[in-house]
Amino acid sequence: MTETAVPQQAEPSAPRPRAAPAGWLGRALDSDVFYSFRRSRLTMIAGAVTLLFFLVAILAPLLAVQDPFDPAQLQLMNSRIAPLWTADGQSPFLLGTDEQGRDVLSAILYGLRISLAVGVLGVVFAGALGILLGLIAGYFGGAVDSLIMRIADVQLTFPAILIALLVNGVVKSVFGNRLDAASTLAVLVFAIGLSFWVQYARTVRGSVMVEKNRDYVAAAQLIGLPAPVIMLRHVLPNTMGPILVIATINLALAIITEATLSFLGAGMPDTMPSLGTLIRVGNNYLFSGEWWIVAFPGFSLAALILSINLLGDWLRDALNPKLR
Amino acid sequence: MLAFTVRRAIQAVGVMIAVGIIAFSMFRFAGDPVNQMVAIDTSAADRAALRHSLGLDDPIPVQFAHYFVNAAQFKFGVSYQFRQPVASLLAERMPATLELAICATVLSMVFGILMGVYSALRRDSLLAKIFQAVSLIGISLPTFLIGILLIYLFAVTLGWLPSFGRGDVVRIGWWTTGLLTVSGLKALIMPSVTLGLFQMTLIMRLVRAEMLEVLRTDYIRFARARGLTTRAIHFGHALKNTLVPVITVAGLQFGSVIAFAIITETVFQWPGMGLLFLQAVQNVDIPIMAAYLLMVSLIFVTINFIVDILYTVVDPRLRATISRPA
Amino acid sequence: MQMSVRQMSVRQILLAAITASIAAFAPASAQTLRYANQGDLKSLDPYTLRETTTIAHHGHVYEGLVARDKELKVVPGLAESWETPEPTRWRFHLRHDVKFHNGDPFTADDVLFSADRVRAVGSDFATVLPAGAKFVKVDDYTVDVMLASPNPILITQWDGWYIMDKKWCEENSAVAPTPASATTPSYASLHENGTGPFFIESHQPGVKTVFKPYAGWWRKPEHNLKEIVFTPIASASTRVAALLSGEVDVIEPVPIQDIQRVNASGNAKVLTGPELRTLFIGMDQLRDELLYSNIKGKNPFKDIRVREAFYKAIDVDLIKNRVMRGLSTPSALMIAPELFSLSKDFIRPKADPEAAKKLMVAAGYPDGFEVTMDCPNDRYVNDAAICEAVVGMLARIGVKIDLLAQPKQLYFAKVLKPGGFKTSFFMLGWQPASQDSHNVMHDIMGCREDPQDTSRGATNLSGYCNKDFDALTDKALVETDAAKRDQLIKQAFEISIKDYAYIPLHQQALAWGVSNKVKLTQRPDNQVLLYWATKQEQ
Repeated sequence: MTETAVPQQAEPSAPRPRAAPAGWLGRALDSDVFYSFRRSRLTMIAGAVTLLFFLVAILAPLLAVQDPFDPAQLQLMNSRIAPLWTADGQSPFLLGTDEQGRDVLSAILYGLRISLAVGVLGVVFAGALGILLGLIAGYFGGAVDSLIMRIADVQLTFPAILIALLVNGVVKSVFGNRLDAASTLAVLVFAIGLSFWVQYARTVRGSVMVEKNRDYVAAAQLIGLPAPVIMLRHVLPNTMGPILVIATINLALAIITEATLSFLGAGMPDTMPSLGTLIRVGNNYLFSGEWWIVAFPGFSLAALILSINLLGDWLRDALNPKLR
Repeated sequence: MLAFTVRRAIQAVGVMIAVGIIAFSMFRFAGDPVNQMVAIDTSAADRAALRHSLGLDDPIPVQFAHYFVNAAQFKFGVSYQFRQPVASLLAERMPATLELAICATVLSMVFGILMGVYSALRRDSLLAKIFQAVSLIGISLPTFLIGILLIYLFAVTLGWLPSFGRGDVVRIGWWTTGLLTVSGLKALIMPSVTLGLFQMTLIMRLVRAEMLEVLRTDYIRFARARGLTTRAIHFGHALKNTLVPVITVAGLQFGSVIAFAIITETVFQWPGMGLLFLQAVQNVDIPIMAAYLLMVSLIFVTINFIVDILYTVVDPRLRATISRPA
Repeated sequence: MQMSVRQMSVRQILLAAITASIAAFAPASAQTLRYANQGDLKSLDPYTLRETTTIAHHGHVYEGLVARDKELKVVPGLAESWETPEPTRWRFHLRHDVKFHNGDPFTADDVLFSADRVRAVGSDFATVLPAGAKFVKVDDYTVDVMLASPNPILITQWDGWYIMDKKWCEENSAVAPTPASATTPSYASLHENGTGPFFIESHQPGVKTVFKPYAGWWRKPEHNLKEIVFTPIASASTRVAALLSGEVDVIEPVPIQDIQRVNASGNAKVLTGPELRTLFIGMDQLRDELLYSNIKGKNPFKDIRVREAFYKAIDVDLIKNRVMRGLSTPSALMIAPELFSLSKDFIRPKADPEAAKKLMVAAGYPDGFEVTMDCPNDRYVNDAAICEAVVGMLARIGVKIDLLAQPKQLYFAKVLKPGGFKTSFFMLGWQPASQDSHNVMHDIMGCREDPQDTSRGATNLSGYCNKDFDALTDKALVETDAAKRDQLIKQAFEISIKDYAYIPLHQQALAWGVSNKVKLTQRPDNQVLLYWATKQEQ
């Protein structure tokens, strides 16, 4: 574990797909990053688990025995059935059912969709906002830079969960607590995105400030390329490595934040449950013997976050050999 | 140095004004204070009179100045739910939150540093691997899940620790403390652990990384060459050097510990500011939300300010970079 | 009514004996009782919020002219007797030996003052006194009440109308009930001065309230408590855990999924019994267009076939078996059977989703429609789960429901009269404070905006209005012959059922968790009254 020879900038060769896809893929598979990926069995398992979660979430309508968001498909007669392998289990409810007759496995699959959608969209939103502001701050400098970075300083002192709760409370107040499920989803993405942009902005700004004094940027300016083009095509790709690390770790954080908000009753409603909602509702039955309503969603959430974190950890170490 | 302090102080005030504007807009626009205050069948004329008496028809900047002057004296208006001054509600609950946050921070520092040092020095030992695993779990398990698990294990199954609340508290002036009674101390254990676990993980990882870094530096090699004992090198030199960033991070994180207490307090029904804030979010009680935002920001900004100043006092290298005009 | 069974293991008895011998010089059998409720005690002003839990809390501190005993019978309170010399005049003789907690004597002036205060703007209890009732002081301990029309059930709601101290209110500028412009909180919402068995030693809203026995109480206490510590615990599972671990002695309510576990624990028992509150579903049938629906220009609930379809689609037996785990009594009427002698003449028809679908087609909604349902999520037993089940049942006849389940404070503010009845479809629970059908017929089912009687239909969220029904309501009020009166009420209920005015669901079960150390009385109105509780020595 002493491959200290690789300088940081040479690393993110993968995200610069100038060559044909096959060549790009070949280079990626050849890279040190992939080498270290294969070296770590834990990381490979984590990668497989994460991939699996994404797959089952995307394929949920094909895998689930019912659509847990469609009240017409829920039969109250089927409520509180224990998992299949216990004495009281009933087919087709592999992991049992909840108070409303919702199949726990289907609810987890659909809940995963919400968790991952909120997570990914939140990260994309935060990333876009952060990268844009970081580019602007770094490239133009001066007063614009100071303003953006001061805002970032302030923002960074406020934890995501607090910002998300405040946004949620204010939106509720303005709309009289009446939001349909889709708008709730949008509010969650907005709230989470708003609380995570700072790290991207700081990272991008830092590397832009380094890069913009390089000769190639000066050359690009000389031939009259407009600033946005220089930033997007030449400067930005060089910052992709660290951004990928931040995004991975933020994905886990965003999923935790969504779950926490839903658990606190400020997220997804009971009729369209995410994993956090399932845990909040199921928590009421934990002590009364119906453990499966909370245990499986809780376990899925923990496994998902753990795998993403493992990937993030590995990615950070792989891209930053200094840390090993 | 003085110029730096002044500049930082101005910045802190600027932040508070910005937060004040946000809090004021929430108070004024997100919730109509009049609608929330009037009783069942108040006439339009009475509403207008009330609106006037509250100064809600003044120009917005005047209203803001008014709100800010009031807030500076800790007058945050009246809670919609409790019909009581928000300031007194917050003051009643602040000791609970601060005690919890401080205990959690102390716990996380002690265990985080111990575990971090150990796993840096014995990188490949079994215990270090276990610590690594614990730290991963600490980061990956959401706080509320940890709380539920602890309650299930230690309160419900084993019956060792209370499942909710602060136990018996002793009143000292306006402050209430649970540290002086047995039931208060027992009640503190699970919430502190739950709240501190995430911080402990952060500190452990930080200490480990810093220690590894320091151990690789030249002066440690010189120290070894001079024949100092390993113990002296590790604890006299390496650890001492890691402590500055650790204390900084712990200080800066104190703000987020207070914010994360919202979750812990909800799970354990801990009667602190976080529980009050969450109930306010659920019941759309805007004055409490706005006041909580202001109070927590004040704590954040104060701590940041102190840490910034202390940092420059401790680390002279920073002074040089600071005195250069930005 | 049920009493908890005292059950002690040998070990517990031994332990109790040892503890008792050690603490021999402690005051004999004076105990601290810890009580946790899911709801909070927000204001100490007894006229702020008319809600069972709050009224019960205040009942430890304040008293009314009349009281209700363990069987809910009206008995003398601060008035030791009363008579009606003529149908429109009542005379009350007050007790001479009553003092408020601050030592002020209780006199007729306090009754007159309380009668004014309870009817002032901001009071939630204005309807305990009929419109136009005049209070006249005859002497210091005699009060006459002059009525505009005869009212045989005048005092049935007075056990919840607590008498306040005139002098104390005036000295502390608390004459008005919870001031409208609450920029400074009223003194009365933070302090109390009643005549009741307990006084409040400290009150931290949302955290804890400590009650201590009032030595100067005019009755002989039945309890053996030296202190009651009340804590709100919103989370159901935490509340149960606290009971099982002995951190609290009494909890209300026990979530029904935990009843078995509590009973099996050996530390505590669950007292269950039918509650007098009826849960029902209502449909806005007054507005020409629903506030929250995709049908524009008309109101589907004005069509009786739609209301009938909804009635037939909702399976109350399934809700009983699955959501309520058997602990509910499906109801055909809007009032509990215990409160109306002819209830047995009414049988609720079984659910019939097929017939419901046909009715929807006949009404011109073969594909259903969309409507928002308002529902509280912290008020009744499994309230949000019931609403969710209703959403599922209606989905099967094509009705798409957007469920808005929120905390009771927001829910009530939106759907009740002060909020402008802003609902199209809702679930509500009602228990007549008078324990009598008239209250249900008048408040819940009477026409809104009756010029002669502005308080009629005060809680009629659905806007149901039938003049024949109202005529029977008014006849029932003044009829003094019980059998004739019951017939009038029966006729009225038959009309409302034919109209599908409401969809009654069930009476929920009471579920109080009580430590084996504690004995108390469970009243079916769900008031937890701890002045009847005794706790064993530890």
